[in-house]
Amino acid sequence: MEDEVVLLDFWPSSFAMRVKIALGEKGIKYKCKQEDLFNKSTLLLEMNPIHKKIPVLIHNGKPISESLIILQYIDQVWNRKSPLLPSDPYQRSQALFWADYIDKKIYGIGRRVWMGKEDQEEAKEELMQCLKTLERELGDKLYFGGQNIGVVDVALVPFTTWFYSYETCGNFSIEAGCPKLVAWAKRCKENYRSVSEALPHPLQIYEYVMELKKRLGL
Amino acid sequence: PFSSKVELALRLKGVPYDYIEEDLNNKSSLLLQYNPVYKKVPVLLHNGKSITESIIILEYIEETWKAYPILPQDPNDKAMARFWVNFIDGKCSSAIRKVAFSPEEEREKAVEEACECLKTLESALNGKKFFGGDTIGMVDIVALFIAFWLRPFQEIKGLELLSSEKFPNLFKWTDDFVSCSIVTELLPPRDKLVAHIKAHLSK
Repeated sequence: MEDEVVLLDFWPSSFAMRVKIALGEKGIKYKCKQEDLFNKSTLLLEMNPIHKKIPVLIHNGKPISESLIILQYIDQVWNRKSPLLPSDPYQRSQALFWADYIDKKIYGIGRRVWMGKEDQEEAKEELMQCLKTLERELGDKLYFGGQNIGVVDVALVPFTTWFYSYETCGNFSIEAGCPKLVAWAKRCKENYRSVSEALPHPLQIYEYVMELKKRLGL
Repeated sequence: PFSSKVELALRLKGVPYDYIEEDLNNKSSLLLQYNPVYKKVPVLLHNGKSITESIIILEYIEETWKAYPILPQDPNDKAMARFWVNFIDGKCSSAIRKVAFSPEEEREKAVEEACECLKTLESALNGKKFFGGDTIGMVDIVALFIAFWLRPFQEIKGLELLSSEKFPNLFKWTDDFVSCSIVTELLPPRDKLVAHIKAHLSK
């Protein structure tokens, strides 16, 4: 029986990009369905009734939501190539710790940066702190996953398409503060087609942010 | 309340452990060394290596000690269990915390949101004894605070969030869960808990 894989997507979402990278790495064929988050489809509401959010992976009719849970699911089911998580429990826990750290910090703080309200300066500080912490964790490794990309790389790299928007809205340079991290992002895009294909161009994201700000009256 | 989840998992799996109490107003150098990023408890130290964040610790425990599995093997069921863990630890937990700490004017809305979460859990339980099925699983462990803390809390506050009329399955689950010997051994006696809640709320 052929596997049926559908991804409920929203193209600017860093969380959805994570899933696309994972699917690409594993060579999984899938159908991508764009959602309008201001007008959610009945399918989305049916497949993720509790959070009503994307990404949702639908595998042979069964939905899985929450991007890190989806990544772990993909890694378990399609386990023959490109492992995303280490097999050693301790290494796994460390990888999941950093993926969770990224989840807790980057989206929320980044949002405060591009929204440009009174707390923008504070948000910029916090963002640079987090990125510096991640840069320290990367150290001299090629990727967070070591010689190859792993779940931490997959979790973080989508946010790098948002860097241009953060920088422009906040009038600062991420590269100046975190050159190694920016170099790492370039490396991911150059060496992994799954990454370069999943990430929209930073200018497209910027256009989207500008439209969204207008819509929100900012 | 947070450390109990980890202790419960260790006890279910029969893993002997040492418990070190931390004074969160005066954090030890041990804590700062092993959790430099968040400086919080719980921290699990296993053969000198540290693991932090309770959910991540639970996953580590599950993978390291194979006795008494707390997650299903089937990928779909596992993903579903993780989803509920995430829901309880995230949305549910903050909704209930809001009820405890919100000002009078926002209380009603907070109670409504918390009840929505409980309603979702009621349907997730779906007639099973535990979220894990016949045995305690990770979802039950993460929901420990609901089983143990919510009923005394609502009595003290004179609120009704969880009742046997509104959420019969969930209500029964709290009784079944708390009466498991392994859980009773771990938790403080009710009057001590009540005193602790009262003190915490008055801060």
